Amino acid sequence: MDISFAEFGAIFAMQGFNGLSVFCVLLLMALGLAIIFGQMGVINMAHGEFLTIGAYTTFFISTLTENYFPQLLPYYFIIAIVAAFLTSGIIGYMVERLMISRLYQRPLDTLLATWGLSLIMQQLFRSVFGPKEVSPTLPDWLMGSYQPTESIDIPINGLFLVGVTLTVTAFVYFLIYRSRWGLQLRATNQNRFMSGAVGINTKRVDSLTFALGCGLAGIAGAAFTTIGSTGPTAGSLYIVDTFLVVVFGGAASLLGTIASAFSIAQAQSLLEFFLSGSIAKVITLATVIIILMLRPQGLFSIKVRK
Amino acid sequence: MKNLMNVLLGGKEGAIGLMILAIIILLLMPMFLDVFRLNLMGKYLTFAFVAVGLVLCWGHGGILSLGQGIFFGIGGYCMAMFLKLEASDMQSTAAQTTPGIPDFMDWNQVTSLPMLWEPFHSFSFTLFAIIVIPILLAFIIGFAMFTRRVGDVYFSIIMQAIVAILTILIIGQQGFTGGINGITDLKTLHDWDIRTDEAKYVLYYINALLLLAVIMISRFVLSSKLGRLLSAMRDKEERVRFSGYDVAMYKVFIFCFAAVVSSIGGAMFTLQVGFMSPTIIGIVPSIEMVILAAVGGRLSLIGAVYGAVLVNLGKTYFSEAFPELWLFLLGGLFIFVVMFLPDGLAGVYQKYVRPLFIKNKTVNGATPPPTIDSDENKEPVMKGGVK
Repeated sequence: MDISFAEFGAIFAMQGFNGLSVFCVLLLMALGLAIIFGQMGVINMAHGEFLTIGAYTTFFISTLTENYFPQLLPYYFIIAIVAAFLTSGIIGYMVERLMISRLYQRPLDTLLATWGLSLIMQQLFRSVFGPKEVSPTLPDWLMGSYQPTESIDIPINGLFLVGVTLTVTAFVYFLIYRSRWGLQLRATNQNRFMSGAVGINTKRVDSLTFALGCGLAGIAGAAFTTIGSTGPTAGSLYIVDTFLVVVFGGAASLLGTIASAFSIAQAQSLLEFFLSGSIAKVITLATVIIILMLRPQGLFSIKVRK
Repeated sequence: MKNLMNVLLGGKEGAIGLMILAIIILLLMPMFLDVFRLNLMGKYLTFAFVAVGLVLCWGHGGILSLGQGIFFGIGGYCMAMFLKLEASDMQSTAAQTTPGIPDFMDWNQVTSLPMLWEPFHSFSFTLFAIIVIPILLAFIIGFAMFTRRVGDVYFSIIMQAIVAILTILIIGQQGFTGGINGITDLKTLHDWDIRTDEAKYVLYYINALLLLAVIMISRFVLSSKLGRLLSAMRDKEERVRFSGYDVAMYKVFIFCFAAVVSSIGGAMFTLQVGFMSPTIIGIVPSIEMVILAAVGGRLSLIGAVYGAVLVNLGKTYFSEAFPELWLFLLGGLFIFVVMFLPDGLAGVYQKYVRPLFIKNKTVNGATPPPTIDSDENKEPVMKGGVK
């Protein structure tokens, strides 16, 4: 090997940072899924499409700003994130009301119905936005890179992504574990009948939980546009990975979700440097599955009596 | 003897249903369809094998596998490997850098036949592999997961991840598997050309008869004690476990059974269509296989066949005529069937058509068939269940 130790360290750091970007998208998506799947037990196969909605919303706002308010271009991204959250969240709310709420008795059927929904949404994206991939114009301050040393090169958009992820994760943590609404959410999922008896509107909690999960996927979509371009199937590429992240982390555990998103993303990214991309992915997925076969409850699990 | 007939044919009604199906696929279709359409129909019927497998493990056993494509693929690839080796004899591959190996290996600079391919020179080994490999794989997956009481939903997700691994592996290892294009240009089976019209008729009949046999064996399985236990487990797993039954092993059995049935379908697919590729067995096709069973009726073996044929017919027609519309329709079908027709076409038949012929529902004390809808008195099956 004719790579010096310092260079090796630099590659390691950069590859590690690459993994961090993947980690951020995975985590943002998995957070929403973990809330929906972990708390409600609903499998939302259309979760990837909510990411795509968020990404297209960002693109739409970017185009709007560029054409009508060019002076606002440096700031639009913040608005886009909020808009992405709201759009995905509202659509999620409607989906819950119209479809999911009728299927709570049959979790496996929700899986099939939401899969159907994802097919329809994908085709809708294709018809409306066209099959070509689109990218929003990123503000100048997201371009370029940060160079702590000569050989390490860290892109700013990646740093921004990490920032967004940290903020959103903290927000979710406070919402679920520190807010009154989070208390209601956890109570409903632990004991639906008792929660109803003490005056919690459990149906409303369900709808809002689902909407929140979808909204988070929308934020993931907005964040996604900073590192990749958006096509009609952008979200579905992540869906298998995201489900594994949630299951691997132990459903209903926020810490578990973070840890598993981190380990899966980093393992894949580091392996990718040494092996071909496909083999790296195979090894990562296979390891996760083998661990899950030995420890089906995932990395972190909350002990509950069933 | 009479008892055995009852078990295989499912009583008088079952026998009539099977007879009608047999008449349609053995007589009417070959009579009215030209050889091209018949071959297409044969292709649809290979998916019916998977659908029948899903009726067993999903409808009756409650195990929703989103990875039946794996087993369909194993059967298909085993057969394709055998046929490909026969098609790549020294003469027809003389122009290659390394004659005697499949063309795609040569294109990918593979210079000798991989170890994995060697045994597929033998037809009897190929047949053996088509049956045994899916059983082994399903046993390993099933045993690991069911004995640890992995929940239904987790199982589905893990199966999907396994499909993802398999397709990535096949696409990535182009030199060994043919990559995304799959294994193509299959010609003969023991010097018998499978591309002629005559061969297509013969293969269609073999396929149809195999399918009918599989349905009869499945009837036998379901009418045994095991079948009853499966339904009991699906509805109240804990009670069956506390009654002293080894729930996990029953699940493993039915999962292996569904796997081997799918594998046979896959092998017949390769024979009739003449190629095998990862696009037939990936994540998306594997979920579409579930909709075949759902449309037909997840509890009905015969319904599964009609479901497979109708959905595939629709797919062929719409994806040619209105490609944009097809995904809307397919997506809508998923939602509609799940929300409004949980028992599929078989449910429609039970509810509306059957009463026209059979006035008294409980002849000889027979209970009407179970339906998915009858779970109103069930406890919430998940912790978030609304009650």
